[in-house]
Amino acid sequence: MSDSKIRVRQVGKTFVSDQREVQALDAIDLDIQANEFVTFVGASGCGKSTLLRIIAGLETQSRGEILLDGKAIDGPGVDRAMVFQHYSLYPWLTVMQNIKFCRQLKVIGDTVRNDGDVETAAGRADALLNLMGLTRFTDAYPSQLSGGMQQRVAIARALMPKPATLLMDEPFGALDAQTREVMHDLIRHVHKLEKSTILFVTHDVEEAIYLGSRIVLMAPRPGRIDSIYEVPLPAQRNQDMKLAPEFTALKREILGRIRETSGMQTDLDQLARLTAVAG
Amino acid sequence: MTVQIAIAPSAASRTAEQPGTQAPAPQPRHKSRFWSIRGELSRRTAWLLTGAGLSLPFVLWWLWTALGLADPMFMPSPGAVLERIGRWWTGEGLLTDIGISVWRVMAGFGASALIALPLGLYIGTYRPVQAFLEPLTDFIRYMPAVAFIPLVMLWVGIDEGSKVLIIFIGTFFQMVLMVAEDVRRVPMAQIEAAQTMGANRGEIVKLVILPSAKPALLDTLRITCGWAWTYLVVAELVAANSGLGYAILKAQRYMHTDKIFAGILLIGLIGLFTDQAFRWLHRRAFPWMRK
Repeated sequence: MSDSKIRVRQVGKTFVSDQREVQALDAIDLDIQANEFVTFVGASGCGKSTLLRIIAGLETQSRGEILLDGKAIDGPGVDRAMVFQHYSLYPWLTVMQNIKFCRQLKVIGDTVRNDGDVETAAGRADALLNLMGLTRFTDAYPSQLSGGMQQRVAIARALMPKPATLLMDEPFGALDAQTREVMHDLIRHVHKLEKSTILFVTHDVEEAIYLGSRIVLMAPRPGRIDSIYEVPLPAQRNQDMKLAPEFTALKREILGRIRETSGMQTDLDQLARLTAVAG
Repeated sequence: MTVQIAIAPSAASRTAEQPGTQAPAPQPRHKSRFWSIRGELSRRTAWLLTGAGLSLPFVLWWLWTALGLADPMFMPSPGAVLERIGRWWTGEGLLTDIGISVWRVMAGFGASALIALPLGLYIGTYRPVQAFLEPLTDFIRYMPAVAFIPLVMLWVGIDEGSKVLIIFIGTFFQMVLMVAEDVRRVPMAQIEAAQTMGANRGEIVKLVILPSAKPALLDTLRITCGWAWTYLVVAELVAANSGLGYAILKAQRYMHTDKIFAGILLIGLIGLFTDQAFRWLHRRAFPWMRK
């Protein structure tokens, strides 16, 4: 399996807060293939966001190693774009300027010049704008857009430098249910079109199943991989599949497992007793 | 109707006060919106209240003096003060006094901004610089600028340099810390987004941190400019022979209370004007902040 896109080997992360050591991640082993769509779920504190941020190069692991195309990760890079939950757009730039932001950067400028395809790059910005349904908002500022529209801009901006890997940290967490459904189909479409490897962190199990080809379930204290599920759905997906028996069965299984590992259970009997006393 | 009311006794009791009305009309709407917390205010009402607020002290002042309740020696009338401004303008070189004071404020404030902006940017961006300089700045900030005046006079003398230096000492240390804070408030997600697009350190400072902090920085300049005026008067009260502050001090010596009033009012007006200019610039420079 040396041809894995991303190889995570025995990765651990320890935070120190108030002179207390917190094991955010412990001995993570994971292989992700090119063009895979992997979703990460788990109870809060399981370290799924931390793992994603380490792969992005925004944080460094305390132990172990991560190989990207066989090379150890050393800081953030253009090959791994990241989409955040919010506040990552540049409010002083218009939609188009936000999407084209990376073209001012030296790394990108060099590759564009070397390829000699400045026009292609300009065309790509237009194409992304089109793909995201943002053509009417080219010159709008982020503050004039809805939350869903803002996340479309963020995704388009992340896709602009043609990243081989797209890292998404609860990108739809702040959106309403309807907008989220639209975004799900959009991101599946992007995945098919761009052939990128996508790592997607979410707290929404339904989202994880609908989007992913594989689901990594993580557990807290210490943050670790609990189990991995293959999603029994065809590559071409539609909203009706959310009602299919294999979908709901998987959802029930994963939700149950998260509940078991979270360490935060509701004692229904206790609640009933309290209600009885109050009544 | 009556049947419905009988079925819902709680609704009946609520509507009982207005017999004849059908649905539970939204009555509380009349409860003054004027005092609603963070409520809205029409442009006209806002202007009216601003005008009233600004003119209230003048009206009171005018009444107080017109009714002869105050000794004009200590409390001149608004008319007398206005007249004094006229005389100051024509015969006593008001324009020169304003000019020299504005120049001192601009020099002290400008020098302060010139050093505080880059320094604050470094403190707010790089933790080692913060650890090295911030506690020191915080320490000096608590030393009253006024207490430096004797030292400044000994070291620099009593010419222009000393006044500019006092204004500089009064504003600089506060400004550095405020700039650093503005820079630190740039959302981490904006910086990290640039990092994952391959931006290097210089590009992040130039293309993300600076433009993101700009509106807050302009506000910081606006606020510290007000302090510069405060320290101008302090500097001129102690060591000068020209300027608005000096004129106020000299007027006290000759019991010209009308000129003291005139000087204070003029400084207030210049401050108000500067403040509005900064606000106008803010609106012009950052159209993207408007919703």
